[in-house]
Amino acid sequence: MRPLEGLVVLEFCQFLAGPSAGLKLADLGARVIKIERPVKGEACRQLSIKDLFVDDSSLLFHTINRNKESFAADLKNPDDLVLVKKLIAKADIMTHNFRPGVMEKIGLAFDDTLTINPKIIYGTITGYGDKGPWANKPGQDLLLQSLSGLSWLSGRKSQEPVPFGLAVADLMCGNHFVQGILAALLKRAKTGKGVLVEVSLLESVLDVQFEAITSYLNDGGQQPERGDVKGSAHAFLSAPYGVYQTQEGYLSLAMGDLLFIGDALEIDLSKYADKALWFSKRDEIRELLSEKLLTQTADYWLNLLQQKGIWCGKVLNYKELNNQSFVNELELKQTVQNSAGEKMVTTRSPIQLDGEILGSTKAAPKVGEDNLAIHEEFIR
Amino acid sequence: MKPLEDYLIVDFSQFLSGPSASLRLADLGARVIKIEKPGTGDICRTLYTSDLIMNGESSVFHTINRNKESFAIDFKQPSELEKLKKLLAKADVVMHNFRPGVMERVGLSYDDVKKINPNIIYGEISGYGTKSELRDLPGQDLLLQSLTALTWLSGNQEDGPVPMGLSIVDMLAGAHLAQGILAALYRKATHNIGAVVQVSMLESSFDFQFETITTFFNDGGELPVRTKSNNAHAYLGAPYGIYKTKNGYLALAMGSIPVLASLLKCDALLQFPENKFGLRDEIKNILAEHLQTQDTEFWLNILEPADIWCAKVLNYQQLFSEDGFKVLDFTQQVEMLDGYSYKTTRCPIKIDGEIFTSTKGSPKLGQDNERIIKEFIDC
Repeated sequence: MRPLEGLVVLEFCQFLAGPSAGLKLADLGARVIKIERPVKGEACRQLSIKDLFVDDSSLLFHTINRNKESFAADLKNPDDLVLVKKLIAKADIMTHNFRPGVMEKIGLAFDDTLTINPKIIYGTITGYGDKGPWANKPGQDLLLQSLSGLSWLSGRKSQEPVPFGLAVADLMCGNHFVQGILAALLKRAKTGKGVLVEVSLLESVLDVQFEAITSYLNDGGQQPERGDVKGSAHAFLSAPYGVYQTQEGYLSLAMGDLLFIGDALEIDLSKYADKALWFSKRDEIRELLSEKLLTQTADYWLNLLQQKGIWCGKVLNYKELNNQSFVNELELKQTVQNSAGEKMVTTRSPIQLDGEILGSTKAAPKVGEDNLAIHEEFIR
Repeated sequence: MKPLEDYLIVDFSQFLSGPSASLRLADLGARVIKIEKPGTGDICRTLYTSDLIMNGESSVFHTINRNKESFAIDFKQPSELEKLKKLLAKADVVMHNFRPGVMERVGLSYDDVKKINPNIIYGEISGYGTKSELRDLPGQDLLLQSLTALTWLSGNQEDGPVPMGLSIVDMLAGAHLAQGILAALYRKATHNIGAVVQVSMLESSFDFQFETITTFFNDGGELPVRTKSNNAHAYLGAPYGIYKTKNGYLALAMGSIPVLASLLKCDALLQFPENKFGLRDEIKNILAEHLQTQDTEFWLNILEPADIWCAKVLNYQQLFSEDGFKVLDFTQQVEMLDGYSYKTTRCPIKIDGEIFTSTKGSPKLGQDNERIIKEFIDC
């Protein structure tokens, strides 16, 4: 049995951070019911990338909301609110990511909810916490990356700030939210009481940087400084760490004994015998490595270096990745199907339990698709 | 009370992925005992980054291993293994990130540990899963970023592969392992059964890219294309990106181009009545040029009141002086047994209004041996 079997989650969250947490809980066995406004539903349904839609909802929405049910209700309509409160009375967990104050106005703040269900686990995601001058700023991923210092860690020193090319603040926050909710379940199992779980995008994107921030705090306030050679990969790591262009394709070199790597590549690096230079002269050293690596293909180098136990790898794009045999061996894809029979291929849960993949064939629901069944089961 | 109070976790893992998971569990209240090799310990102790050594060991180690105990024991010796098994018999969770086969060889596979402790939660992180042909390759962050195509999402079109500048895949795998362990602990609490929880860096990196990979699967095999300049997301249209201003940088997330044209008084943008995805390079170019003509604050003062999603771009020094950061109380001071004290970050999760802090610094190798032997082994 999946660990969260029998638990009911009401998801009032929209967009990415909260719903990505709901997806993890669903794959771990919980029954996740999205509470959505009638007709239009969650805002993410209309947010598409490259105009890709599965049905009335975007592929993006479908990616984040598979394996869930939908209950359409207008929280501003008193009749609907009564129904939602009846649902809350039977639920184990509810989550939302409204800006501070919104749920208070509706009458569904944590304290209100406790009077309906004293054992509820109530999870909230905010952008920046609930106090301070940023509390009402929009909690949008790129803004969080920009404010938190994250954009100074990738790319090259002579470049502008380089953000991570996907919603890392949202996704890490979703992951932390899952951890907090699961820990709250353990707390509730001991105390029998409701629990409040709070995370914010800002704290999560700072937690991702715990190493870099701790270095900054203990290194006399020195800012991280990116290397300035193409393919620089980490502001704090010495040569050869980085990506290199070859005659055909790109090669990554992770940390390792530089002199040994120099020997393997037949480059004279003897003037860098002092390990301190591997950091202070990393640009110079990486230029030397780049020059040599350009003379053969990535496959050639990979063969040579892997035999010697040097940590290196090929740089793939999605097409190449998709052609690797491990994609099928490890069953990294799964096909989901909606109630109308439409199918799409997507990824699956990254967690395996008792040797089993936590797969699911259920696609995202249409708005209000489960109203009738939920009404029968929980409300009537 | 902390939610994981009374739970005992025995952690064999090294470097970043596993230890970042046990740090989270420690902050949530669990007692975490690191099992380390006598003499050298967790290899991360000597993995120096940027020459920063704190109290004789790497800053990375101190960051990831605070709030834990250290038990140095050479469990390849049969007599030592027997001692260790006494500790494992009392544990709720055992976790490791050795390459596949290592724990089997020393006699500490899931089946072995189950014999001593039938309801154990056994967690493991591998680089590439236990079944694939890649299983014996080093599970190192940059190599995983490279393999899983993560390097083609950041930076601009002509930059080549641009890795994300921190060990993101390690941290994701650690986060997922912590989730799996917590879920299994809940099942143990309610049904009294153990579990083996497995994650891999490969699968965690796929999960991280679930939106872009799913888009690729359903987009006729079209590769993501980064914009020529100011890229922040290969699949998003203009203005999404970071722009240089006269005195710094400005992040612009969303906004209709005609609205931006009028707010920013940028006539050259008026030729784009719609946010055409195919024209995003041209739009970004015009924006980039225009935004350089004024200071960041000048633009923020126009855009923020109009509810355009934007922000300044800060470095750590600037961030730390902001009130929005200060109200979080996000840093904490911790102290090692020998009195060495350092500043670091805290757990990002709040439960029942409680921030989970701990003043306990990272352990010296084997510092808790005596106490652990007395408490679990000689008893």
